[in-house]
Order: sequence, then C-alpha cells, then structure tokens
Amino acid sequence: MPMKIGEKPFFGRVDDALQDHFMRNAMASAQDRFRNKKLDATERDEQVGDWEEWRSAGEEIRRHTLENLDFYLDQLSENFSKRGGHVFFAKTVEEANRYIQKVAKEKDAKYVTKSKSMVTEEIGLNEALEEVGCHVYETDLAEYILQIDNKDRPSHIVVPSLHKNKEQIRDTFQAKAGYTGTEEPHELTAFARSQLREVFLKADIGITGCNFAIAESGTISLATNEGNANMVTTYPDTQITVMGMERLVPTWEELDVLINLLSRSAVGQKITTYVTNLTPGVEEDCVDAPKEFHLVILDAGRSNALGTEFQSALHCIRCAACVNVCPVYRHIGGHAYGSIYQGPIGAVLSPILGGYEEYGELPFASSLCAACTEACPVKIPIHELLIKHREKYVNHQENVKTSEKLAMKAFGVGTSTPFLFQIAVKGAPMFMKPLIKDGSISNGPGPMKPWTAIREFPAPGKDNFRSWFKEHQKGRQ
Amino acid sequence: MKVSLFVTCLNEIFYQDVAKDVVEVLERLGCEIDLPRGQTCCGQPAYNSGYRKDAITAAKQMITSFEDSEYIIAPSGSCTAMFKEYPGLFNEHKGWQERAQAVAEKTYEFTQFIVDVLGVEDVGAVYPAQATYHTSCHMLRLLKETEAPFKLLENVKGLELLPLENSYDCCGFGGTFAVKMVPISEQMVDEKVRNIEQSSADVLIAADSGCLMNIKGRMDRKGIPIDVKHIAQILNTLA
Repeated sequence: MPMKIGEKPFFGRVDDALQDHFMRNAMASAQDRFRNKKLDATERDEQVGDWEEWRSAGEEIRRHTLENLDFYLDQLSENFSKRGGHVFFAKTVEEANRYIQKVAKEKDAKYVTKSKSMVTEEIGLNEALEEVGCHVYETDLAEYILQIDNKDRPSHIVVPSLHKNKEQIRDTFQAKAGYTGTEEPHELTAFARSQLREVFLKADIGITGCNFAIAESGTISLATNEGNANMVTTYPDTQITVMGMERLVPTWEELDVLINLLSRSAVGQKITTYVTNLTPGVEEDCVDAPKEFHLVILDAGRSNALGTEFQSALHCIRCAACVNVCPVYRHIGGHAYGSIYQGPIGAVLSPILGGYEEYGELPFASSLCAACTEACPVKIPIHELLIKHREKYVNHQENVKTSEKLAMKAFGVGTSTPFLFQIAVKGAPMFMKPLIKDGSISNGPGPMKPWTAIREFPAPGKDNFRSWFKEHQKGRQ
Repeated sequence: MKVSLFVTCLNEIFYQDVAKDVVEVLERLGCEIDLPRGQTCCGQPAYNSGYRKDAITAAKQMITSFEDSEYIIAPSGSCTAMFKEYPGLFNEHKGWQERAQAVAEKTYEFTQFIVDVLGVEDVGAVYPAQATYHTSCHMLRLLKETEAPFKLLENVKGLELLPLENSYDCCGFGGTFAVKMVPISEQMVDEKVRNIEQSSADVLIAADSGCLMNIKGRMDRKGIPIDVKHIAQILNTLA
C-alpha cells in the first residue's frame, strides 16, 4: 500500500529511529515548542473562553456528521455537481488513481502542481500520475523538500519534514536543485519560492487535499499557511480535490468551529494564514478559477470503521495534537510507525485502513498514558481505541504467542481464585529467592527477561501483608 | 469512617511497607479499615493487553469482594482508574454493569480520599528532604486528579518539592508495554530519569507503585542513588 513507509519490520524501524539522534532531538524540541504554542492558543487564550466547551462542540459535530454520513455525502455531491463540478466516489485507492489518471490523460496534462495533502500520500498519487507521463510538483515547502530529497516520506501529518534540519535541507537543495546559498531559512525558502513560481505558471492541473467539505454549499475548505494552495487552485484550468470520505461538515457554522479547533490544536494559531474556500461554477468572466473541478471522495478502508467500535477514529481532523504530545512518537519519530499516519491516531487509523498484518504492532506501541486522548480537540478516546485494537488483534489465534495466551489464562484463573492468588503471593519470595542478588533480580528468566534487560526487578517483600494486618488489628482491639 | 482497602497486587507482593503505611495513615485519620479477603488484582494487565475476557474474570472477583464496602481505597491511581473502567466491561450484562457502577462510584485513590472525602490536607508528617514528584498518567488523565497529592506533600514539614521538567510525560511503564516494547520504554524511562536527576532531588515520590517499580528499576540498574518512595511512606513518617 502506498501509505506504507519503509520495508523493515516494526522493531527494525524502531532501532533505526533510536539511532538517529538528530531526529530524536528534533522531535523532542518540536514537541516542547508545540505544547506551549497550543496552550497559548487554547486553554490560555482568553478569547477562547472554555476550551473544553469547544472540544465538546467539536466532538458533537463530528459524531453527528459521521452518524449521518450518507446524508451529508449525498448533499455535498448534489451541491457540488449542481454547480458544474464532477464528483467521483472511489471505493479503493486504485479507483481513485485510475480516475485521476483518466482526467490527466483527457487534459493531456504535462505539469501538475499539488498543495499539501496526506490523502494523496495515502493513495500514492504522485507515482500514479508519473505513470501517465505527468511531472508532479509538490508546492508545500515541506513536501517540496521531501520530494526533491529522493521522494522521502512525511514523518508528521502537519509538518511532513519535521525530521530534517536546515543544514540537511541546504545540502539537499544544493545536490538536487542547483542551490548555492546557505542554510538560512529565509534564503532556503526564497529559493524554493522562485523554483516553484515557474511551475505554478505552467501547470495544467492543480491538485489539493481537503480539510473540510461543506455539504450545504458543495464547497471545499483548505486551511494553509504558505499561500501555495491558492496558487495551485487559481492558475490551472483543471482542479482535482481528493478528500477522505469523512472529511465534511454540514454547514458553514460547523466549519467555523472546526477551523478554530484545527488551527489552534495543530499549530497554535488562532487561524491559519489562509482559509481558502472553493466552490465550482464561477461566473463566465472570472479568470482566476479553474474551468473544471473534480472532487474525488475516497473510502479506501474507511467504511471498515463505520458502525463499529472504531467509528470515532473517523472523527479525526488531522491536527496532529495527539502526535505532538505522544511520548512514544517523541522517541521514535514518524517513520518508525511505517505509515504516513503516525503517532497515536496513526496507530489507530493505519490498522483500520491497512489491516493488522501490516500494522498489527502499532496499537501496542503505546504506554496508554492517554496524553493523546487528553489532547484531541474532538475528544476521540484514542487510547481506548488502541485497547480495542489489541483485543481484536489477540483474538486472532495466529497473532499471539502461546506463552502469552497461557500467561493471561493463568492470570484470569489466579485473579478469580483468591486461594490461588494467595499461593502466588506467599510463594513469590521462595520462588524468586534463587534469582535475587543484592536485593533485586538483574537477570530474570522467561517473562521476566525483557524487564531485566534494562532494569532491576524488585525482590518480593519478605513479610506477608495479610498476616501483618491480622496481627495489627488484634493489637488495636 | 469504615473503609475497605484494596492493597493492589504490586504492593501485596513487592511493597508491603507501602501497604502498611497506607493502613497506618488512614487509621491515624480516624478510619476503620477492613481488608476484603477475596481481593486479588484489578485486571488491568489483561485488559490493557487486549484480553478482555480475562479482565472481566478479574473484575467480577473484585466487584464481588468489594460491593459491600462503604468506601474502597487503593494506593494507586492506575488501579483506581481500572475500577472506574469496570462498568464498560459489562455492556452486555446489565446486572453486572449496575454492580460495577456501584463499586466504581465508591472507589478512591488514597490521596484523593484523604483530601476530598476526609477533608484533610495536613496529616502531620515530617520528612526533611528535597524531593520531586512524578505525576502518574492514569491518576492525572484518567482520574483527572491534579491536586490531592500536592496538597498533602506541601504540608509535610521539612519537605521541599522541586519542579520536574516535562512532568506530564509518561515514565515508560505502561504495564505490559514495559516488556513488549523494551527499546521504546527504555528511552522513555531514561528521559524521565534524566529529568529527575536534573531536578537535583534526593527523593522521588509518586502515588503509583507501577511507575516507581519502573523508574527505580532503571535507576538501580544505572547506579543512580536517588531514593524512591510511595507517597504513603512519606505521609506516614512522623518525625
């Protein structure tokens, strides 16, 4: 699947990530920065009032929309079409790509510009367009950096090139694009800007993702900061927007709430520099709008979650607030997740979209600290969804080691039989005695082994608490 | 006031001193304690690993053992939070769900109970030391208890509480996470330990033995001589 990143198995990817000290420092300092910026724009912002009320409103809007998804998709499609737009419902990644390839061929398109979009990463659209002879240009600065760096993949859904520093970017620009300047950010940006300017002017098709589609008017809304999306959507005669089928709101009123939640949670901005709203069907003398507007609405596994305990995962508005507070992401970064959707929500979404065979480890790559759930602006119970994934995963016999199953069975029996539990409690000191040296266990056998690989295991206490308690109570009478 | 103590399996097996301190602190505050015999483990290891059925088995045992209690006290934010999860385990068994709900509602974490129910913030403890406090995740985010332990510690004579950098980050325990995802857990606990060292505290205090077992286990392995105490141990030190 195109959403997959890397070929190595999960622990191989984790090992690679842990060796990358630059990346890890970058993640940690980015998280610390994001945390403060977000707090300033949410809980600490007086204009906001009660942030919890905003979150509840966001949750309510997303729940209502997903519960009535067929109705609103129908409304969106009707309103978009009524104004002359073309709507295509793609059941699969392949269907989406084939449709877009067909449009590109019909238009005899040579040059395609794109604004930042995770859903087009998910379907591998760039490769699909290259197959039919198009030159595809990423115009979001971070995506541009990744694209010219041998098509590196995003490590963060909002800041795709978070794993690169300015020196690395300078080197890439010099090696791949004839750059001769320094690592100064404004110089690097000015260079990318001048490179992209030419591309904007010659593009035949502009492609965007979609932050939200507004059902009542058939409008696409994009929240961006660089202005590139406006260039992508004004110059070419043909525009194609790809949206995940869950990314819509009923009316402009709900858009207002969600744009606030998104901007503030994602990047700590009160509002993004641009909120661009595009509806097909412009007046005849309008020169800066596309003549043809296609909307590709993508399922690609999303309906697997509809009507299940995972439906709330589709409430996600891709703000990455959960990624920005996750202590696991902090250390392993984005690529180790092996999916373009990383961090806690990635560990929930990736198995829904791509299956357990590919992404079965991800739900276990969490200490269930619930920082994600606390951060989510639409109150998705992310850590609970991770537990639900674990339940489904271990229910498939072939997924789990027999020893683990037996241990859990023994756990069930031991905890439901106080008599056996007491035997275990009383037997622990004797059983572990041979292993104890200087008050703890340094090299435990069997299930203790992974623990003692990095830590000491405590020696069981010598007393029996219940006997002590009995004596203690006698003494008080 | 009659209270039932849920010792928690970690305290029962490894940290009996913590359990004894809990008993003595509560008694000093006028509580009459009983120790329901049928108690075992809250079931969280199974629940968090995806073994819902086995977690339900444990939950039923605990509900049966504690449902006659007036108050249920556990010296662990995490185990208390698991009690609060019980109703969700019985969506298809209304009878059990009601019983689970009743048990969940009267369950308190140790410091929460002292501050919110008993209305006590100064237990008369004396502990001259420079300490830092680890806010365990489940206490913080599932029970949303942000104040009780701090109120109690602020009133401990001689105790100076030092700030802990990135205190909100998990220590890397996470139950079975600590043994399933060793390389990641290692980095998380190492960062926690670095921050504890940088706080220049002599003592690390927390209200959850799971986190303490993880952090102490790592500090002992690295030979870092910082003392580790459950909050009950501090609160039961009188002079």
